[in-house]
Amino acid sequence: MFSKQLSVFIENRKGRLGEVLGVLKENDINILSLSLADTTEYGLLRIITDNPETAKKKLSDSGFSTMLTDVLIIKIPHESGSLQTLLTLLTENGINIEYMYGLSVNGEKASVVLKAEDALKAERILTENGVEFLSTDNI
Amino acid sequence: MIWSKEETLSRREIEEIQLSRLKETVNRVYEKVLPYKKKMDEIGLKPDDIKSLKDLSKLPFITKQDMRDTYPFGLFAVDKKELVRIHASSGTTGKPTVVGYTKNDLKTWTECVSRIACMGGASKEDIAQICFGYGMFTGALGLHYGLENIGATIVPSSTGNSEKQIMYMQDFGTSLLVATPSYALRLAEVANSMGIDPKKDLSVKIGLVGSELLTDAMRAEMHKVWGDDMKITSNYGMSELMGPGVSGECLEHCGMHINEDYFIPEIINPATGEVLPEGEKGELVVTCIKKEGLPLIRYRTKDITRLFYEPCKCGRTFCRMENPSGRSDDMLKVRGVNVFPSQIEEVILSFAELGPHYEIIVEREGYSDKLSVRVELVKSTDSFSDLEKLTANIRYKIKTVLGLDVKIILESPNTLKRFEGKAKRIIDLRNK
Repeated sequence: MFSKQLSVFIENRKGRLGEVLGVLKENDINILSLSLADTTEYGLLRIITDNPETAKKKLSDSGFSTMLTDVLIIKIPHESGSLQTLLTLLTENGINIEYMYGLSVNGEKASVVLKAEDALKAERILTENGVEFLSTDNI
Repeated sequence: MIWSKEETLSRREIEEIQLSRLKETVNRVYEKVLPYKKKMDEIGLKPDDIKSLKDLSKLPFITKQDMRDTYPFGLFAVDKKELVRIHASSGTTGKPTVVGYTKNDLKTWTECVSRIACMGGASKEDIAQICFGYGMFTGALGLHYGLENIGATIVPSSTGNSEKQIMYMQDFGTSLLVATPSYALRLAEVANSMGIDPKKDLSVKIGLVGSELLTDAMRAEMHKVWGDDMKITSNYGMSELMGPGVSGECLEHCGMHINEDYFIPEIINPATGEVLPEGEKGELVVTCIKKEGLPLIRYRTKDITRLFYEPCKCGRTFCRMENPSGRSDDMLKVRGVNVFPSQIEEVILSFAELGPHYEIIVEREGYSDKLSVRVELVKSTDSFSDLEKLTANIRYKIKTVLGLDVKIILESPNTLKRFEGKAKRIIDLRNK
């Protein structure tokens, strides 16, 4: 099961990230997880929100370049080695990961956001192996 | 030294030569060049209507577009078999503009450049290293034949391989350097990095610079690295008119003397085409009055300058043009390459990820020009590699078109300034 991740292009300029967050706040959109990576010139903000479609629309209206991408939010045990087990499963099936970031820890469960090169295959393999997914509604 | 007696003729004598050569040229093009005949017929002008130099302003203009429209030989006034050389402009959009020379044209060219080299202090004693690119570009071969004609020893080293250039200078005793101002500065930098001080260890005492504007700041910088006693002069020309040799600066440094027995200059208001009085600033329009192959009449150079007619302290009577202060179109000259914003625009519009707005920034980094283009990313992505691929593709496409490496700066939509009238796309920080 895929979830929608929203990516926002941000120039490396003072206050730009704050502007993004301001737009989300104004529209009462909650961020469930984020990853911010940057080069010397620009950054990419990837966020999981409770309302990706609205977030995209509002940010675009405010002059940001955005994109929605299907990602997998995967539930894993909150214990040492669980992430490695997941990655081994993907590697053995020849699936490359483009990027990944942590989402939340909730009791005994943790979760990660993952974008694989072959997203459909990743989803199938993980489903076949009994891995649980989360959606933005039930995080 | 003054190379030719023509350079000191009285105004009356200059004008007599100009009128007779103008009449002859107009007659010839009317007869032999169909596009000219058409243009003149359209306004009911006959060659006989040109009775005085004032009548020059009745003739229609010729533009670079006319040359493109008649590519390659449509404006030539001689049969192809009379041509002995062809050059092409550095123009990079689509077809170049092609120019051709008869045997006599090459003689004229050589004469014009000889005069300019002398004005800059060159003599037969000199060892002249020509660091202009040899090839379709007129710069190198133009200076080559002119300098050879006055008896200088030519080192046709062309551009690039700067260490070797310095080695030649040292081993051959180069005394005269032909280069763009920025390359002259670059060469001094390379010499320094080799542990060679151009001021002490080299004997370059004359710099004939061209193909790029020589600003006062650049001249001062050149003196700093090459020595205060270096004679630095700029010269002006363009392949459409002939190549280098249209005008050149003498050692009085008060403008570039136009070879008026071969070219008639006018200054016009670029918006209306009206001829402006002496001393006023406007677009330079040049008429070739002694060319056989491609005698362009009232060619719009797009360079903005002024003309001064009072005789110069150097003894020459040919009028002087100021260093061009700009262009009437939006052409930029970057590292000697002609850049039109429209060329960059075309590339940008071919990318769906980008919006139509852009800004071109030219800066000087060290002694070299640096070109950056700011564009708006309208379609984002979730991956850095996509963004890197995108910028690499834009760079590659621009490089294919311009031959220049540019830096691409991605911006969010609506970041760049919008214009209601004519957009100002260029930010030139080089002479700031």
